[in-house]
Amino acid sequence: MGGPSLLTQVAALARRSTVRTMRQPAVIISALLFPMMFFSINASGLDAASKIPGFPTDSYLDFAFAFPLIQASLFGAVTAGADLARDIESGFFDRLSLTPMRPVALLGGMLAGVVALGLLQGVVFLTIGLLMGVNISSGVGGMFVIVLLTVLVALGFGGIGAILAIRTGSVEAVESAFPLFFVVIFLSSINLPRNLIEQDWFRFVATINPISYLVEGIRSLVITGWDPQALALGFGFALAIVVVAIGGAAASLRTRVV
Amino acid sequence: MGQERGIEVEGLVREFKKGPRAVDGIDLRVEPGEVYGFLGPNGAGKSTTVLMLTTLLPPSGGTATVAGYDIVHEGPQVRASIGAALQEAALDPFLTGREHLHLQAALHGLSRKERRRRGQELLERVGLEEAADRKVRGYSGGMKRRLDLALALVHSPRILFLDEPTTGLDPQSRSALWAEVSRLAREDGVTVFLTTQYLEEADVLADRVGIIDRGKIVAEDTPEALKAEIGRPSVEATPAGTSDRDAVASVLGQFGEEIPAQPGAVAVRLTGGAAGLADVVRALDREDVRVANLRLDEPSLDDVFLEKTGRSLEGAAEDGEMEEAQ
Repeated sequence: MGGPSLLTQVAALARRSTVRTMRQPAVIISALLFPMMFFSINASGLDAASKIPGFPTDSYLDFAFAFPLIQASLFGAVTAGADLARDIESGFFDRLSLTPMRPVALLGGMLAGVVALGLLQGVVFLTIGLLMGVNISSGVGGMFVIVLLTVLVALGFGGIGAILAIRTGSVEAVESAFPLFFVVIFLSSINLPRNLIEQDWFRFVATINPISYLVEGIRSLVITGWDPQALALGFGFALAIVVVAIGGAAASLRTRVV
Repeated sequence: MGQERGIEVEGLVREFKKGPRAVDGIDLRVEPGEVYGFLGPNGAGKSTTVLMLTTLLPPSGGTATVAGYDIVHEGPQVRASIGAALQEAALDPFLTGREHLHLQAALHGLSRKERRRRGQELLERVGLEEAADRKVRGYSGGMKRRLDLALALVHSPRILFLDEPTTGLDPQSRSALWAEVSRLAREDGVTVFLTTQYLEEADVLADRVGIIDRGKIVAEDTPEALKAEIGRPSVEATPAGTSDRDAVASVLGQFGEEIPAQPGAVAVRLTGGAAGLADVVRALDREDVRVANLRLDEPSLDDVFLEKTGRSLEGAAEDGEMEEAQ
């Protein structure tokens, strides 16, 4: 028996995931508006930080540009995780489980939606950033790499959202993890370069926090140009998060789908 | 392809942590093409049984095969053979009815062309053509149920599980759904396993009824046989005037033992069966006792439930709701 192809199933579920997101204007607006609001506030309020000796650029706008991309990826992951948890709560997941759907197709479909939203956010933020005066030192090629890394980060965070959703089956549990993620983002080099963080404990936490390397990978393309070490660390950590998170989500899914 | 198989269940058990046995060793057999009504109050174990038979919940004990496949070891084959509309019509409020059908069809591996054809066919069959391209969030309860049924039929399953398909529906939507279920069984030969807490639904639709209470099957047979088993019909007379009540009770008392009746009326269980009704009419006439209304009631499935469990189905439903709340 051949059965339905994996690609057909992933495509059908990805379409559903994307369509339902696009039909919720509030989700799209939040995903686009809030990161840019935080970006604008940070860029104007913390501009003086760029005068600190040793600060890597004289434009805090350039420095802070990684923030909306990382935050947007987080938004996308929480939204997708909450959607999956809602499917479990409502019984829609059971409906899908009663078809010959492969569990990996469900995950693939959900993550395709995350990637689509991440792509949209990456392109929109890049456009708005350029209009606001962000200077991308790595040029047009760097812009593509920024979007690529953003999508990869979204994929990794999406995997974490999926684990939470599958393990708990609760929208509330997924959404309540959002502030925790937010704290983890702030405990990184998102607002200051690690070498300028004065508090030892904070610098230590930021150094062991993988988010720092994702941020620094994107940031290097904006303010330095092509920095192989920063990019290797950025992509390396992003890929590691993707592998661990999606692997964990797939393993969790196997326990839920009979 | 081998001979068509229905559902066979032996000693099926489901225990939940810190709870009583939701399903306590049930045995049942549903023949291919049969409509089997699984009747019981809330919390009786109906939905838990359906979840196990559809492979969504592993049993704690016992065995069951659906379409000839073991529900524990041959889950994918079971799922390929069945369609199910579970208790809640689980739909995505942001998708249209047509999109739901196309998604379901794609997951079942239908080609793009076939998806469109089958989707349209099912939308017409359940009367949702006009609403097909509207988002489901705007559907009424009846429309959602009909879409739910259509989704269960996308891959033309030979066995259909319907878990309380008409709960909460208005009478018109209920009748429409009954008609479709009857048609599926009669014309397409689909085996239907239908859970319900409505006596009338089981009576109208089911070839055979299993009555479940507190996880155990307390009776199983055709509705007619079950009713016949507990016996005789009753006659209820409403006196023309309040002063006639004693006279009516006196006449009816000659034909059987008195049973509870509507306010102001008198009812007896007829000792001689339905044929005794003519004698009742003649006796009332002979004694010149006038009645405003005279009604013959056949035993209902509620009477069967009362006989088997000592509770009425309505009362048991309230007990079940209280247990669930606790």
